[in-house]
Amino acid sequence: MTSRREGRDKPLRVILPLLIIIIAFLGIVLRLWYLQIFQYKKFLQLSISNRIRLKTIPAMRGMIFDRDGNLLVDNRPSFCAAIVPEDVKNKKATLAFLSRVLKMTPEEIRTRLKKSSYYAPFQPRIIKENCDTVTVARIQAHFAQFPGIEILVRSRRYYKYGALASHVLGYIGEISQRELKRLRNQGYQPGDYIGKYGIEKTFEKYLRGKKGGYQVEVDANGREVKVLRRVEPVPGDNIYLTISLPLQQKLEKLMEGKAGAAVVVDPKTGEILAMVSHPNFNPNLLTTRISPKQWKALITDPQHPLIDRTIQGTYPPGSTFKIVTASAGLQEGVIQGDTLLYCPGYLRFGRRYYHCWKKSGHGWIAVHEAIVQSCDVFFYQVGIKLGINRLAFYAKAFGLGRRTGIALPNERAGLIPDTVWKEKHFHQPWFKGETLSVAIGQGYVLVTPLQMAMLMASVANGGKLMAPLIVKKIVDIHKHVIKVYHPKIRSRLPISEKVLGMVQAGLWGVVNEPHGTARRARLKDINVSGKTGTAQVIRLKRGKLTKEEREKFKDHAWFVAYAPSESPTAAMSVLVEHGGHGGHAAAPIAGAFLRFYFDGPEVY
Amino acid sequence: MFKIDRKLLKNFDWALAGLILILLVLGLANLYSASYGKEGSMHAYFSHQLIWVGIGLLGMIIAICVTDEFYRENAIIFYILSLVLLILVDIYGMITSGAQRWIRIGPLSLQPSELAKLSLILVLGYYYETKRNLNILPLRHIILPAILTIIPTVLVIKQPDLGTALLLLFIFISILLYEGIPFKTFLGLFLAGLGALPVMWRFLKPYQKARLLTFINPNRDPLGAGYHIIQSKIAVGSGGLWGKGFLKGTQCKLEFLPEHHTDFVFSVLAEEWGFIGSLLVIFLLFILVIWGLEVARSARNRFGEVVAIGITAMFFWQIVINIGMVIGVMPVVGIPLPFFSYGGSGTLINLFSLGILLSIRMRRRAYTSF
Repeated sequence: MTSRREGRDKPLRVILPLLIIIIAFLGIVLRLWYLQIFQYKKFLQLSISNRIRLKTIPAMRGMIFDRDGNLLVDNRPSFCAAIVPEDVKNKKATLAFLSRVLKMTPEEIRTRLKKSSYYAPFQPRIIKENCDTVTVARIQAHFAQFPGIEILVRSRRYYKYGALASHVLGYIGEISQRELKRLRNQGYQPGDYIGKYGIEKTFEKYLRGKKGGYQVEVDANGREVKVLRRVEPVPGDNIYLTISLPLQQKLEKLMEGKAGAAVVVDPKTGEILAMVSHPNFNPNLLTTRISPKQWKALITDPQHPLIDRTIQGTYPPGSTFKIVTASAGLQEGVIQGDTLLYCPGYLRFGRRYYHCWKKSGHGWIAVHEAIVQSCDVFFYQVGIKLGINRLAFYAKAFGLGRRTGIALPNERAGLIPDTVWKEKHFHQPWFKGETLSVAIGQGYVLVTPLQMAMLMASVANGGKLMAPLIVKKIVDIHKHVIKVYHPKIRSRLPISEKVLGMVQAGLWGVVNEPHGTARRARLKDINVSGKTGTAQVIRLKRGKLTKEEREKFKDHAWFVAYAPSESPTAAMSVLVEHGGHGGHAAAPIAGAFLRFYFDGPEVY
Repeated sequence: MFKIDRKLLKNFDWALAGLILILLVLGLANLYSASYGKEGSMHAYFSHQLIWVGIGLLGMIIAICVTDEFYRENAIIFYILSLVLLILVDIYGMITSGAQRWIRIGPLSLQPSELAKLSLILVLGYYYETKRNLNILPLRHIILPAILTIIPTVLVIKQPDLGTALLLLFIFISILLYEGIPFKTFLGLFLAGLGALPVMWRFLKPYQKARLLTFINPNRDPLGAGYHIIQSKIAVGSGGLWGKGFLKGTQCKLEFLPEHHTDFVFSVLAEEWGFIGSLLVIFLLFILVIWGLEVARSARNRFGEVVAIGITAMFFWQIVINIGMVIGVMPVVGIPLPFFSYGGSGTLINLFSLGILLSIRMRRRAYTSF
């Protein structure tokens, strides 16, 4: 063993490491002496009331434009009165002063302070936003008297057209403690604003920008003495929507006073040109601190203005679903274009009678006329021939029963029932009678207005189910295009060109033929194709309800359309809640919109 | 694998064990203060750390009982295991597209980079055990160890955990220096390393580059690392000669230092115990490192010698870099302070390493005392 250890006791081996170790530790001790003894007074001063602070400069949030560059959302400066509680010397007097100047009760101020109790120490807590210049001047004049009070310049989100496209744009709000916990390592701080809804939420990553800040030395009263280092904030990226401002304005106007939704898409690209959900809300009210009372009124409103009916409202599609039933029947060969089925005004199935909307019946009728006149009994029979699972397959292929994947939060999938679903949710076999309801878009079927608009787009563009686009491009502050959203085909409809042609012809007839149900949507010089729908809310027992009840349970009115029929440039869906008959309540809205779309504002 | 008898026990180094226990107690007391939040709220760090120290002490006892033959024979297995874990972490990090240093095994989260330090030391010991112990290392005895070091270093950099990567390199260099390396070879290695830097630079992602630049110059990040250094210096400096007293520190309580329970924990100590307290702790740490050198000198074989040097170097560099960072003379890298910083994997590996050191010490050359 000793022979292998010959080099061991060379002194350098021990001395060299020893030397390094001693020098290193000595260095540490010397440095500690320098900091703790030699510079003690300076650092003690700095540590008292923490003289070196970090102040953040919020980044300007990205702006939102329509497809042609019309400004929809930007930021306005807002002066905020704030308190740094750690700097306040005379709590009572300060509170009294603020309450007087800001015209708030001390109680209100205390509540707001309590809400920000989880903030970091020495972080200013905003008491009131949007102070006017007089108030600001009065507060500034008393800075010396009341340490701890600050005026901060923040920006306030400004939605230029108020409630216009409120569900698409969404709103922002102060980050909640829960969000803060979830996004901990993404640089969010208490008091930051974050997208809560709509585009503001889904594109938060791009819109928020990057915060700046500076190290600052303050005096004993917390007033800035000198700025040490500064990092400029980086403004967020600007977003260009696919929405067109004039079209959106027109559609909003047509839907005014109604509860419902309407979506217009470009069938070739899947770009959404207008998207309306009514009643809507004014996001400007939500960006600054909304009073609890206002907020309560908003969320308990029986009309639910915060719900985006275009993607979160699910409704039975009613007769608009016959587009699916007809396509499936023709493609599967259970009917041909010239197959005649008899409609006596009802269909007896099992022990029950299933009625056609037209009591007297349509007589012998083929698929084209069945679409045009929306004959229920014809489609009952097609539904029976198909069976529920084949029908459900086609419905899903048309994009129903699943999310479209639009870049907006909380989209709902709707529902296309089949035997597996029934077994899973009700532990019951499928009853054949239920297929009849599904065939005319009743029963368990639920769709969103967006799904129906995309369905119409796919029929209009020759069978391509497009992904709906709401954002066209994202551009950074230096005008570099960061991201462009190109049209994307989700899938192709599993129906032949011939079948599609027959369905398209039927849809043309709905608007343009003598017995069509949507003649109210007809235009002078443009061919419109469409389909009406009247979705039962509950089965009405005629004459047994009061007038009020009847209004409440009135049917939902649907109209889906595209135009021009030969080479469509717009496909749309309109839903009016409790509007009654689709041809009466929804088709005129689509007609008026399309008139505006093709002729422009100068004519009407 | 286990071998312990009365004769061995007689050789147990009670003084070293006592020193370790004292440091552990001081570390826990300081962490108690650090986890003592504003308005008397307590963070869970202290109680978690208590559990980890318990587990670590158990690991230390096991490490003491295990013979050095076992470490030597299984060094390669340890090494490969730690590489596999590092790769797993990298893959996982790639999937979640974020910095990832942990592998979760049930309730435990394991940090493979901590394991990599010890396994590198063991594998280097294994390598040199079979080589003749010469006064000066020939070049051929450097190449394979260098490769053995580079592999985990690169994997750790990718996480990116610059602190641990640096530590791995320092451990390797320390062993080389102790084993005796010709000046020319050292210079050559140094230049080769310098030449490799631009190549590696190109493989880094922008955010990794930014992090490296901040590491070199914290003022690049005045809202992050740059601010931490200032606050840390204020905390240390305001401690003065006698300190502000246990639990009485203001700077760290106010959470200006987000890492005050991990990387910046020494600033809590310096603020509350002042120059006197800091000096005492630094003296104890100094004794520990010197003792480690003595363990290496008295080891009965070359494996024990290299491993003892590696472990000692690991502690030395962690201590110097961490405290240097807190007092503003070293760049801000995520290197915890042994005994004092909060952290499960680190505590476990540190105590296990000290167990190995005690084990080598107990089985020292000819059972003579120094």
